[in-house]
Amino acid sequence: MQAINHVAGKAIPFGRKNVDTDVIIPAHWLKTVTRDGLGQGAFEAVKKEDGNVFTDDRWAGAPILIAGDNFGCGSSREHAAWALLDMGITCVIAPSFSDIFSGNAFKNGILTVALPQAAIDRLMEVAQDQPIDIDLDTQTVTTQFQDRFTFDVDPFRKHCLLNGLDEVGLTMAQGDAISAYENKAREGLPFLANTLSIAA
Amino acid sequence: MTNTPRTLYQKIWDAHVVDTRDDGTCLIYIDRHIVHEVTSPQAFESLRAAGRPVRRPDLTLAVPDHNLPTTARRDANGNRIPIADLQSAQQLDLLEKNAPAFGIRYIGDADREQGIVHVVGPEQGFSLPGATIVCGDSHTACNGGLGALAFGIGTSEVEHVLATQTLLLKQSKTFEVRVEGTLGAGVTPKDVILHIIGLIGTAGGTGYVIEYTGNVFREMSVEGRLTVSNMSIEGGARAGLVAPDDITFDYVKGRPYAPKGEEWDKAVAWWKSLATDEGATYDKSVFIRAEDIQPTITWGTSPEDTSAIGGVVPAPEDFADASKRDAVKHSLEYMGLTPGMKLTEVEVQNVFIGSCTNSRIEDIRAAAEVLKGRHKADNVKWAIVVPGSGLVKEQAEAEGLDKIIIDAGLEWREPGCSACLAMNPDKVPPGERCASTSNRNFTGRQGPGARTHLMSPAMAAAAAVTGKLTDVRDLAPAN
Repeated sequence: MQAINHVAGKAIPFGRKNVDTDVIIPAHWLKTVTRDGLGQGAFEAVKKEDGNVFTDDRWAGAPILIAGDNFGCGSSREHAAWALLDMGITCVIAPSFSDIFSGNAFKNGILTVALPQAAIDRLMEVAQDQPIDIDLDTQTVTTQFQDRFTFDVDPFRKHCLLNGLDEVGLTMAQGDAISAYENKAREGLPFLANTLSIAA
Repeated sequence: MTNTPRTLYQKIWDAHVVDTRDDGTCLIYIDRHIVHEVTSPQAFESLRAAGRPVRRPDLTLAVPDHNLPTTARRDANGNRIPIADLQSAQQLDLLEKNAPAFGIRYIGDADREQGIVHVVGPEQGFSLPGATIVCGDSHTACNGGLGALAFGIGTSEVEHVLATQTLLLKQSKTFEVRVEGTLGAGVTPKDVILHIIGLIGTAGGTGYVIEYTGNVFREMSVEGRLTVSNMSIEGGARAGLVAPDDITFDYVKGRPYAPKGEEWDKAVAWWKSLATDEGATYDKSVFIRAEDIQPTITWGTSPEDTSAIGGVVPAPEDFADASKRDAVKHSLEYMGLTPGMKLTEVEVQNVFIGSCTNSRIEDIRAAAEVLKGRHKADNVKWAIVVPGSGLVKEQAEAEGLDKIIIDAGLEWREPGCSACLAMNPDKVPPGERCASTSNRNFTGRQGPGARTHLMSPAMAAAAAVTGKLTDVRDLAPAN
């Protein structure tokens, strides 16, 4: 995963609430066997709406997306995070995110910033014609108009994002603890630990 | 272990902690991992690139379901019928190759055990009460109906579980959804969960694991519980749970991967200890009277857009929240509905009975009961019944249900995810309406421009008969 600290630039003022992962990337795009090229299918249906923010040149190449409550609800497809990355988006700002989406975003080095609705409303306004600046280290979102919003971030996730750490590698280093658990479980919960050998 | 009263969720969690970090993040052991063709290719590719093996192939099961056509898969000579969509064919082919390459047991496209992952897991006894179960699919929550802690994961997490058999997780908050009373005639588990989602909203369970309590769930069959827990994710909760009890044990016993002999007794003793302790508290609770639940359908493009079938299409102004008003305006435009219109006057051109929510034998029976002696309406152009697995299909055929369905003018198909998300050829045409027993009515979910109304199998069958959204209780007697 790519290390990430600072994201600055244009922000797409989408603002819609309950944006589900079928809207971010429809199912017919899930037939890919790589992580690349999904940006083309991102927000496919929204892009057909008149006056939508995704085909408007003002926000072409923007690294930030602003959305409403419950962003990324629905399916667990990580393709939603890959599609955003492929569009060039590395930070999403919204009042709240679905649990699965925020995990997928984190694992792909996309920053999810949760801010109160009032702050979102203000940033939607600023994003009409001015850039927004997000700093992970100080956990702040700022604008050139002296707006300053702070956000919470899980300390472990922050550490991984700032250093671009590979979570699988980190956990594999705990192989002994996992083996110890497996040995203990084999005694206490054999019906869970033994499994498939019993089905011929 | 502490003597503080604990919930079912906390007990399963505590039994699976490998390691706890200072910030409260835990390394959680995963007992069962089911893999399908859509969310696994990139995970296997990363393992291969890093030279990492699968830590516990014996705890992993691979089954194709999303891309498979629901028409015949073998010709008269037993040869595979090629899949026209080359991308679908490639995903399926990769799973078929990746599974044996990593030592994982694979159920093939024409095996009688093949089916939708969330139907296969419980059916095979691979999914067990008290287990932690994951799959790269948000409807893994389904397995919670057995009293398992089951949830969907992304592809990076699929890779993490394949490599380490663990996940890094923060404990969720707990949300009790209690339903007490007596369900009315025609009110099914699907109506119960749609009603719940309408009440709590699609973000109501975000950050929580739901435990379904109350006599309605205690008295419900395991298949009904699976239907309810399946849609926990539509209420924002990553997982749902129903405490395992004698109904659960009767269901699990004797299934191919279920424990046997001495291990069975040990398992039952442990499962019985998992029920939420008296005095344990939930972070939040809702209480619902069973008598308040009507046969329920959706009218919009979010699963929270529910109404009793006797209701009317709402107007955007009916909603207090400004952004919800805007969403409803978009929804109604997309759905081609006018506020004030009676729901029972809405015509449907398509009917889909299937999906991990409603494709088990009880669902097929419920649909067949309505279809028996009746015929689909002429304006219904496409109506398919897709069993959840090859074994469900066999059982239904043994009971003669396939014949009832076909005589009623509906098609009887091969098992798979099908028109729930239209990754295979089963799609609802643009602008057309579908009475569907699936779980999501999102924009474009059943095909670009498709208009989905979610409902129970009995209600979908009733819609097939009248050609309109219909209260199954009002159907004229069959011939």
